[in-house]
Amino acid sequence: MPEAPSYNGFVWKELIPAGAHWSGVIRRGTLLRMTDLQGGANVSMLINNLEVKNERYNMPDTLKAQKTAFLTTPNMCFSDMGRVMCSVIADTCGWHDTIGGLSNASMLQKKYGTKTYQEAHNDYFKNGHDSLINELEKWGLNESDIMPNLNWFSKVRVEDDGTMTFVENNSAAGDYVDLRFEMDCIVCLSTAQHPMDPSPEYNPKPVELSVYEAMKVEQDDPCRLHRGENERAYYNTKVFYGENPND
Amino acid sequence: MTKFDENRIVYREVVKAGDPWMHEVKAGQYFRIVDLEGNQAVDTLFYNAADQAERYSATDTIREQGKIYLTTGSELMSNRGNKMLTIVDDTCGRHDTIGGACSAESNTVRYAIEKRHMHSCRDSFLMALGSCSCNHGKTMKKEDLSSNINFFMNVPVSPDGHLDFDDGISAPGRYVEMKADMDVLVLVSNCPQLNNPCNGYNPTPVEMIIWE
Repeated sequence: MPEAPSYNGFVWKELIPAGAHWSGVIRRGTLLRMTDLQGGANVSMLINNLEVKNERYNMPDTLKAQKTAFLTTPNMCFSDMGRVMCSVIADTCGWHDTIGGLSNASMLQKKYGTKTYQEAHNDYFKNGHDSLINELEKWGLNESDIMPNLNWFSKVRVEDDGTMTFVENNSAAGDYVDLRFEMDCIVCLSTAQHPMDPSPEYNPKPVELSVYEAMKVEQDDPCRLHRGENERAYYNTKVFYGENPND
Repeated sequence: MTKFDENRIVYREVVKAGDPWMHEVKAGQYFRIVDLEGNQAVDTLFYNAADQAERYSATDTIREQGKIYLTTGSELMSNRGNKMLTIVDDTCGRHDTIGGACSAESNTVRYAIEKRHMHSCRDSFLMALGSCSCNHGKTMKKEDLSSNINFFMNVPVSPDGHLDFDDGISAPGRYVEMKADMDVLVLVSNCPQLNNPCNGYNPTPVEMIIWE
């Protein structure tokens, strides 16, 4: 595994326990690193623009503009308004899912049974769908903002006949993905298991979030240069922030 | 399966190329979309007519059936894990639900900044939602635009993760038919996109038929 690049300008870090949920603001010009501490992690994520909250991560626009069914470097995550929310600038994992969706309460009940707060205190079973609604509500968002989401560290392959296959062991201990945020965003995430995780056990994994100051985005940035679509979405993002889009 | 019978049609309308359409289909009714001239993408959203917060979810639908393409037998699932409609007949073969809908803004990204002003599915959706009284007498909003189906559209994905908008596999007169499992509000944009092969570069009318 390649050595993780180190960035200057460390800002903060936080451990997100297994099966937990979190939300916060990640600003334009900062870099969010997610690290899979034990291997086999999953981070279900939704992204909304902090200023215009009904602008949100859009799976189809992200995939069709980059002709891909998964994400890795140098892909960008596009909003439903033709702008870049964040860019995948480093990735040791190689494949991140965005078509598998979220686990939900009835799925957990069927797969793992139940474990309540009364039985297990904070180890009670949590699912991605309800966890993300919980976080969305804190920002004035709600169930209608549950859109096709990102599932960092998870791999779902699509066979030629359309069959979806969950690929196990996609992410190893120490794998990380670095997202450079190009907009001020509300990030909601859950470390619940991927909905297609075939494990018969309820065994979500923890991740570490660490945030750094990002370096200036140059004209020869690999994510911008990846495709004409990426550069045009980046152009739209600069216009949104009142900057010269041709820089 | 109940056999299609012209005498049992309760609603029938041709939706012109590029127009939006909104209508309710009651539980137990059949809803047929006919691709009159072939290769016409029909961008479609479904809402529970009694509670629009419950709506079609592409990710729940494909994951629960274990396949990304929709055809006969596909159960169209809501964001709350309920069956909304079931595809009962399909002479096209398969339909897309991960390709999304075009918008003025995505046109600027996918084609050119100057393509912003071409008509798009999302503009059709917003016009329909913003002027309806579909939400218990009130309008619906942009945030109610969830994931959609693209009937008659071909978006193949390969095992190495390549995705593309390909030439259509539909043809004149082909249709897809669903049976509603709950009362649903259907919102359609008969796609006006001129920049890719989803409509064969020539948007055409489709026919909506509801029968009992």
